[in-house]
Amino acid sequence: MSVELHAHPRAHRIGEVILSVENVSLAFGGVKAITDISFDVREHEVRAIIGPNGAGKSSMLNVINGVYHPQHGRITLKGRTFTDMHPHRAASMGIARTFQNIALFKGMSVLDNIMTGRNLKMKTNFLQQALWVGPARREETEQRRAVEQIIDFLEIQHIRKTPVGRLPYGLQKRVELGRALAAEPELLLLDEPMAGMNVEEKQDMCRFILDVNDHYGTTIVLIEHDMGWSWTSRTAWWCSITARRSATARPTRCAPTRP
Amino acid sequence: MFYRESGQFKSSYAEDQQIFPIRQDRIGIAALLVLAFVVVPLTADQYWFSAILTPFLIFSLAALGLNILTGYAGQLSLGTAAFMAIGAFMAYNVELRLPWMPILGSFAIGGLCAAAVGVVFGLPSLRIKGFYLAVATLACQFFVLWAINRIGWFSNNSSSGVITAQKIVIAGYTLDTPAAKYLLTLAIVTLMSLAAKNLMRSETGRAFMAVRDMDVAAEVVGIRMMHTKLLAFAISSFYCGVAGALFAFCYLGTVEPEAFNLDLSFRVLFMIIIGGVGSILGCYLGSAFIILLPILLNLVAGGVSHTFGVEINHASLSNIELIVFGSLIIFFLIVEPHGLARLWQIAKEKLRLWPFPH
Repeated sequence: MSVELHAHPRAHRIGEVILSVENVSLAFGGVKAITDISFDVREHEVRAIIGPNGAGKSSMLNVINGVYHPQHGRITLKGRTFTDMHPHRAASMGIARTFQNIALFKGMSVLDNIMTGRNLKMKTNFLQQALWVGPARREETEQRRAVEQIIDFLEIQHIRKTPVGRLPYGLQKRVELGRALAAEPELLLLDEPMAGMNVEEKQDMCRFILDVNDHYGTTIVLIEHDMGWSWTSRTAWWCSITARRSATARPTRCAPTRP
Repeated sequence: MFYRESGQFKSSYAEDQQIFPIRQDRIGIAALLVLAFVVVPLTADQYWFSAILTPFLIFSLAALGLNILTGYAGQLSLGTAAFMAIGAFMAYNVELRLPWMPILGSFAIGGLCAAAVGVVFGLPSLRIKGFYLAVATLACQFFVLWAINRIGWFSNNSSSGVITAQKIVIAGYTLDTPAAKYLLTLAIVTLMSLAAKNLMRSETGRAFMAVRDMDVAAEVVGIRMMHTKLLAFAISSFYCGVAGALFAFCYLGTVEPEAFNLDLSFRVLFMIIIGGVGSILGCYLGSAFIILLPILLNLVAGGVSHTFGVEINHASLSNIELIVFGSLIIFFLIVEPHGLARLWQIAKEKLRLWPFPH
């Protein structure tokens, strides 16, 4: 079993459509959160979803990874079509995400949080783990090695044993990104990764997100309100959602503020 | 001054992941084990074994079971005593009906039966949380006691429902002295604590804690909610079941179903709250607090009345005991709501620098 991250030296060429959302509608009782939205996401691209508050952006991400179940429409992921996703299936098909309001496991250390992100890579059962026999112990060490690479990548070595509840907000956001990366996702959904950060933290986060795309070739779909920190990479596309329609466009008038 | 880990470097992940990464801790725990396994059996008397040490260990194990469910997996339960009852009565029945079964096998089967019932009564946890789940487990508490009282099979048709545990025979040796029973209990509790610690520091434990801390996020990273919650119920009930079997076989000998009433469930719950929710050490500290403190208070009160020549009658003595005990519980909860285990942790942090501030 290889636990090395699939590292690639340079940016990746944009490939085929990896995720396609077709005519998705979602309503909570009488409130229509999403009405008939369609868009495609291609492999290795960075795609931003924008729209006013309440447009249904976060709901869209929740539909893609199966937290919400849409009433209509289809989702095609890596060639397989579903009318409805489940979180476990989404995770095992390579979707990882972060949340708008940080959803870390507050009582656990940074290390344990990121290790939890790799739970789908763990193959030993609970009896082996209770006895701490060979395979369980080996697996724990192997996964630890992979997690340490992510910790290095995100530059959070100094806080690896700290309970995440004690960390400042910006670092918590970074740890949450780490937990998502730990699953070695093909598609990473980021819900407002820079909300509530100061300029410096935003620069850092921006750099990490673009680095993830460059190094690992991860396809990224993100929601962000701050147009200035714009998705300046040549791969960025906007996908604007309002409750009733969506449009996709390439950003043409964004200031190149890549750090 | 003595409790400092400076100079102890970890050069591999395996070293960093050991249970006691600090050398002083390892020495301490080794000394404790030697004390418990060698020194205590040689020095303690009957009263200590049968009235203090054995129940302390058994309640620690029950508290450990509840702590896995409530402290680690975040599912509040009031059915601990019911699971202990299942363990006790099933171990008794296995011994009775399958005489060839070794006693440890009976304990394990008692635990497994408790685990099965735990899974069934854990099913509501897939839909409800917190206090509402506690009420659902309360149903388990009442249902199990009702079944044991009403169905004669459990107590071998004894009219009062009372069972008398069989002799404990392991590999030809009959363990009938309190010291031998203490050693058996100690060995089982030690091994099961080790297994619990291993479980909680590996993937299963992380999944439990993830479900406890943020269930939506846990699901999104790929943790299967149903599997994880039911596994927590199963493991927790197994521990409680084994504790119940030990309660009957090594501590009381003769048990009635009423010994496993709601009071007992609450006692175990108080142990983990006082000891520390989500800590294995906390189970021991909480059990010691609840079991040993009343005895200590009794001794102190007796000593006080003796030295000062004050005549305190027995009734008011036991009332004073309860008052002091209750106030101590409130005091500890105010001082440290995370339990004695957290106090211990803070003490260790302080010790790292003591006696020099820097």
